[in-house]
Amino acid sequence: MDVTRRKLLKLAGLGALGLTAGKYAKVFANDAFTETTLSEIGTGKRWAMVVDVRKCLVKEDCRECINACHITHNVPNIGNTKDEIKWIWKEDFENVFSDQENHYLKENLKDKRIPIFCNHCDNPPCVRVCPTQATWKREEDGIVMMDWHRCIGCRYCIVACPYGSRSFNWQDPRPFIDNINSEFPTRSKGVVEKCTFCEKRLAEGKQPACVEACKEKALVFGNLNDQNSEVRKLLKENFSLRRKPGLGTEPEIYYLV
Amino acid sequence: MYDSGKIIIGIIIFIALFTFPTWYLFTSGEAAPMPDLVYPENEDQKECVYSAEYMRASHMDLLNEWRDIVVREGKRTFTTTAGKKFEMSMTNTCLGCHSNKAQFCDQCHNYLEVNPYCWDCHVDPSQLENQ
Repeated sequence: MDVTRRKLLKLAGLGALGLTAGKYAKVFANDAFTETTLSEIGTGKRWAMVVDVRKCLVKEDCRECINACHITHNVPNIGNTKDEIKWIWKEDFENVFSDQENHYLKENLKDKRIPIFCNHCDNPPCVRVCPTQATWKREEDGIVMMDWHRCIGCRYCIVACPYGSRSFNWQDPRPFIDNINSEFPTRSKGVVEKCTFCEKRLAEGKQPACVEACKEKALVFGNLNDQNSEVRKLLKENFSLRRKPGLGTEPEIYYLV
Repeated sequence: MYDSGKIIIGIIIFIALFTFPTWYLFTSGEAAPMPDLVYPENEDQKECVYSAEYMRASHMDLLNEWRDIVVREGKRTFTTTAGKKFEMSMTNTCLGCHSNKAQFCDQCHNYLEVNPYCWDCHVDPSQLENQ
C-alpha cells in the first residue's frame, strides 16, 4: 500500500478523533445536572425542613425556636445589627419572598415576620466560593456543613449566599453568650458561622433543636428521599414556596403559606 | 584599643548577666519547677484511649485526627485496641476524666510555653463552674 502524505494525515486525524470519542460521548450524553440529581435520589438521605407559616403565625412574637437554637449552639447576643450573629431569625414576609412582588398580599401575611434559616441548598453557592473547603455539602445527607477549624474568615461565602444565612464574628463572641453550653464549642474572632441543621443532634438520633422547641409544631424536619416521610407528605398535600428559587440554588427549606 | 578597660569590663558584665540563668541553676543546685500533674481519680474509667506514653507524645495528633473524622466524616465513635468505645470529643470525653485543665493540660503547656488555641472555642467545663 502506498501511503501519501495526504492519506497519512487523514488517518492520523481519524485516529485522534477515535481516542477522544469516549469523552465527547460523555459530554453529549448527559449534562452534569441530571447526573447529580439521579445520584442523590439513589443514595442515602436528603434532610429538609418544612415551615408551616400558618401554624407559625399563631403566636406572632414567638421566639422559641430561635432561643432553643441559640442556647444549644452558643450563639452570642451582641445586641447590634452590624455585628449580630444569627442562625435563625425573622424577616417580613415581603422580604423573605422578595421575588413574589405581589402588591395585594393576602391580609394574614402582610407585614408578618417569618422565621428563616440556612437553606442547606442542593447547589450551595457558598461552597463553590470557599477557598479552603471549610464549608462543603455532605454527600450522605445534603447538609451544608462548616469546619470552623478551617475557616480563614475571608467572608466570600457571606457574599455568595443570597439568603444572608451566614454571620461573621467580628470579635470574640464569648463575652456575649449568657450561659455557655459546654457540650458545644463557641466560635472565635474571625470565623464565619451558620445553621448546621443540628448535625450533632441528628447523629445522636434527635430532631433539630428548633423543631423540638416549636410548640405549634410549625417546623417539620425529615428525609426528602423517603417517600413516606412527613416532609414529603406535607409537600404532596400543600402548596409550598422556596426562597428565591430562580437563582438555581435549590433551597431545601419549604414554606407552606 | 581606646578605652580597653571599660570595654572589657563591659563585655564581662554583659556575659555574666546573659548567662545568669544557666550558672545560677548550676551553683544554687535548684532545678526549675517541673510540671506537677494531677491525674484523674475516676473509678469506673482507669484507662485512657491509648497508653500514657503515646498520649504524652502524640495527644495533639490524636486530637487533630479526631477533629477531622468528626467534622469531615461525621463519625463520632472511637474504639480502643481493647475494644472500648468512646465519643470522639475533647470537651466531653477527654475533659470528662481529666476534669481539671489547670492541673493537667496547662501544667505541661505552660512548662513548654506552648499555647494551643483549642480553648478559644472549646469550652473548659470547670471554668464555667467558677463563673
